[in-house]
Amino acid sequence: MGSEVGDRSGGKGVGARLQRREDERYLRGRGRFVGDIRLPGMLELAFVRSPVAHARVRRVAKPAEGGERVFAAADLTGVSGIRADSGLPGFRSSVQPILAGDKVRHVGEPLAACLAETRALAEDLAERVELDLEELPAVHDMLRARDPGAPLLHEHWDENAFLESAVEVGFEAAVAGAAAVVRRTFRTARQCMAPIEGRGCVAVWDRQLEQLTLHSATQMPHIVRTGLAGCLGLDHGQVRVVAPDVGGGFGYKGVLLGEEVCAAWLAMKLDRPVRWLEDRREALTGGANCREHHYEVVGYAAADGELLAVDCRAIVDSGAYSIYPFSACLEAAQVASILPGPYRMRGYRCRTWSVCTNKPPILPFRGVARTGVCFAMELTMDALARELKIGPEEIRRLNLATPEEMPFTNITNKYFDSGDYPEALRRAVEAIDLPGLRARQRAQDPAARRRLGVGFSIFCEQGAHGTSVYHGWGIPMVPGFEQATARLTPDGGLELRVGVQSHGQGMETTLAQVAYEELGVDPAKVKLVHGDTALTPYSTGTWGSRCAVMAGGAVAAASAALAGRVRAIAGHLLQARPDEVVLADGVARAGGAEVSIEEIARTWYLKPQLLPPDADPRGLEATEGYKTARDTGTFSYACHAVTVEVDLDLGQVRLLDYAIVEDAGTMINPMVVDGQVLGGTVQGIGTALFEEMPFDAAGQPLASTLADYHLPVASDIPAIRILHMETPSPLSRFGQKGIGESGAIGPPAAIANAVNDALATLGAEVAEIPLTPERVLRALAAAEPRRA
Amino acid sequence: MKPAPFDYSAAGDLSDARRLLAGGAAKPVSGSQSLGPMLNLRLARPGRLVDVSALPELRAVAETAGAVTLGAAITHAEIEDGEVPDPTGGWLREAAGNIAYRAVRNRGTLGGSLAHADPAADWLIVMTGLGATAIVEGPQGRRRVAIEDFAVGPFVTALGAEELLVAVEVPRPGAGASWGYWKFARQVGEFAKASAAVLLDRQKGRLRCAVGALGRPPLLLGDPEGLIEGQVSPAAALRAALPERPAEALVLHVTALTRALAQARGGEEGR
Ligand SMILES: Cc1cc2nc3c(=O)[nH]c(=O)nc-3n(C[C@H](O)[C@H](O)[C@H](O)COP(=O)(O)OP(=O)(O)OC[C@H]3O[C@@H](n4cnc5c(N)ncnc54)[C@H](O)[C@@H]3O)c2cc1C
Repeated sequence: MGSEVGDRSGGKGVGARLQRREDERYLRGRGRFVGDIRLPGMLELAFVRSPVAHARVRRVAKPAEGGERVFAAADLTGVSGIRADSGLPGFRSSVQPILAGDKVRHVGEPLAACLAETRALAEDLAERVELDLEELPAVHDMLRARDPGAPLLHEHWDENAFLESAVEVGFEAAVAGAAAVVRRTFRTARQCMAPIEGRGCVAVWDRQLEQLTLHSATQMPHIVRTGLAGCLGLDHGQVRVVAPDVGGGFGYKGVLLGEEVCAAWLAMKLDRPVRWLEDRREALTGGANCREHHYEVVGYAAADGELLAVDCRAIVDSGAYSIYPFSACLEAAQVASILPGPYRMRGYRCRTWSVCTNKPPILPFRGVARTGVCFAMELTMDALARELKIGPEEIRRLNLATPEEMPFTNITNKYFDSGDYPEALRRAVEAIDLPGLRARQRAQDPAARRRLGVGFSIFCEQGAHGTSVYHGWGIPMVPGFEQATARLTPDGGLELRVGVQSHGQGMETTLAQVAYEELGVDPAKVKLVHGDTALTPYSTGTWGSRCAVMAGGAVAAASAALAGRVRAIAGHLLQARPDEVVLADGVARAGGAEVSIEEIARTWYLKPQLLPPDADPRGLEATEGYKTARDTGTFSYACHAVTVEVDLDLGQVRLLDYAIVEDAGTMINPMVVDGQVLGGTVQGIGTALFEEMPFDAAGQPLASTLADYHLPVASDIPAIRILHMETPSPLSRFGQKGIGESGAIGPPAAIANAVNDALATLGAEVAEIPLTPERVLRALAAAEPRRA
Repeated sequence: MKPAPFDYSAAGDLSDARRLLAGGAAKPVSGSQSLGPMLNLRLARPGRLVDVSALPELRAVAETAGAVTLGAAITHAEIEDGEVPDPTGGWLREAAGNIAYRAVRNRGTLGGSLAHADPAADWLIVMTGLGATAIVEGPQGRRRVAIEDFAVGPFVTALGAEELLVAVEVPRPGAGASWGYWKFARQVGEFAKASAAVLLDRQKGRLRCAVGALGRPPLLLGDPEGLIEGQVSPAAALRAALPERPAEALVLHVTALTRALAQARGGEEGR
């Protein structure tokens, strides 16, 4: 492929289809991950983890032999547990211990840390630690967590809920004239995010610098540093966090881990490097920590198909603790505010509960609450359509915000910056050939045991939302300005320093493209420095589809500032006014003359005798901050359309065709956008069809290997077609919109709607994901008496 | 996910292996595709592994007019690739090619699979359908075990403590015989959720209908003739054979049997 021209920057700037520069090392297996770091004298760490979901810890008995290499809660002097309090009133606060001392609250919670020369020996040691646990009844079902008399996880609380919230806008008046009312209960399963690389860290204490360095597979090194310094009682100056290559995050690595705090403490205590590498079993038994929602939704529509109101009661299973930095309440806060999505409606009511259960603490997974919300909202829209006997495309067309309404403020005050949602829908309908599919359905033998169905989902992805949004949601970490440093090196190369972390997003390429727009330095000569708190400006990190907009904006700002200084020197060398100087292709031109950026850099650093006496002393290095014009976020959006075949004898759902119409605003690199959308969609297909961590009544996770926890694999994925629209955001520097999570949001809704379309004539309907054969067969069996 | 410490010996031949296995603390290992994960999860903790994957006796193939005997250490991939004779004219090859995925098939063995006796595994149900015989050797000498008597429970076989599965004798089907093997796995490379094998060999008087992935050894149904002739429905046959199970727990197995029967009959709906 290479770089196709067709963008506005000579094939290297914003819009260029540049191949990802980082792929060279990734594809050749030459990345450097935490697991590749080996330091002299390093010890490996294995944890003794709780085998039960809820218990009082009576004793953790160290083995006679090797006991000095075993550490329990009481040994961790001077360490505080992890606390992340929501700023919203009524929040009940939890403290997540680094090692559990008096109580364990979920299976897999660390109880003791064991060190040895190898991981195998550390596991041998861990096995000899004896636990005396007084088991308590577990809270495993989020629907029963708040029952009177339910065992309390945090005994000073009055009920197992972190937070309850309510919104209501014009609800009673809106529902009065409803011609169609549908009530549905929806449920999404608890999932375990599964990046190829697990979590891990290497902690080392530097005696000379009196500084702890934590190499960690994290998405947010600066936030980990702040959290870690707090837990260990260190100054920030005594803590450096370095994220090397990180093998996927998705939110799983957007957190301060007790394991990191523990490894850091041990490294300081023993004055030896300590490494912990999570294995897949630890991840599956103690890390199933996302997505579990329950919705009771009532949708109201008028006879003409107008959506009047939505009423929702949502429960999020937030698990045992409030995690740092996102807290236990991000999901529920999002549910309440984003459920209405891009639809117009007159009334809305939503109550949410972030309940506390004996499960791993919830973390935001790519899409965060949007995946569940889109599932609930889009299935409700289809249910209304069936009730009103109109098509799914029709009910959406009637109720989506139109381009004329942009910027559109929806019922929860979400500010949709731009876009043409009805057009995205129209293109998706065309791409999936809805009329053709309907004809094939009509031609189906009514007795056929394999049924065709088609389904849609349309949704927005708020990205790069900032201060006011996160403050409003009560999240303890509130993002502000994003900063970047741009620095020319004496050979005319460009260093970009950003506080976000690239772990699959391709930022080593896309941010170089952004800088090219301002400076004209070839992306091949750009070095992105990221993931190291010692080398980069403070940042909340990589999450929330914020990097293209925020880090992109910051890099553009820093590059523009640097360009001004380059022009000044060039003007002097070319005997021209700085504003006459044009930077492109590594050269500064004015009139007929030119000087290379390399020569300009050399002049500044090594031949200052050529500079004028009043040269700008700030030199060829600029740090600038950036915020979007409003901090309400860019709104990318997409319409997913899928056709399925449902085997009525097996409950098996096969995806036949999949089309996505996606509007990422201005695409910095269309191939990177495609990669993000495809990868996300595959994860969304996993959510829709496969991924589920069941828990038994004792709070035991039941899928402890990848033989039981089913991830989507290549043969499950149809050829996915992506069609682009490009409506620039008025809020961001180039019109780009956050796109990183979008793919993971749409599939469960589109696929479940397609399954329900296939089953409609049988009167069967699914409302719970993943759509396992058992669930589909159950839905069919439940419909049997109704048909009879 | 690191195994507990163990010793490892590669046996040179069958008697060497038997000597190393004597005493009970050792365990044979073949392709390690089932034992390996169990070691890593510390669910199996043998003091010693005796590698039997290269024993000449377990790598041997013998052909007679009536049967082909395949050594226990022959891999799924060797069967898939036709590197060993397939007495069924392709049914074994096809079954082998649908076990797990290639990396697992390169190491996993016929004998290891049968000895592991996973109720959802392929060879157990395929060999039950074909009416194969296990050849077993231990301190008491060599014996033959009909395959339906080989697995006695989930992950439990008739093998004695120090016995090895040496080979599997697969009878050649008669002229005009047909076969159906249908398994339902949601994803490529996954174990079956339901499976069924049907042999229709009138010349040799062998009609066999077996259902697998029931969480127990394969179920060999009593009235194959009735099923094949369509006098008994798959649902009725399964209900009669497993009266304690609720009908909804058998839906997938009914479908598997229906489709295996259709395949054996040469029908369309078996695809
Ligand atoms: C990801 C994955 C997917 C899989 N999918 C499938 C599938 O779809 N269908 C399927 O059928 N299988 C599947 N398997 C299992 C695979 O087929 C294994 O190869 C097989 O189950 C075991 O064979 P092995 O040679 O690896 O045995 P090992 O793992 O070496 O041994 C298994 C057991 O048998 C014993 N044993 C081995 N050889 C002998 C012998 N000669 N005599 C007595 N005891 C012996 C061992 O002591 C051990 O208890 C899968 C495995 C994996 C890892």
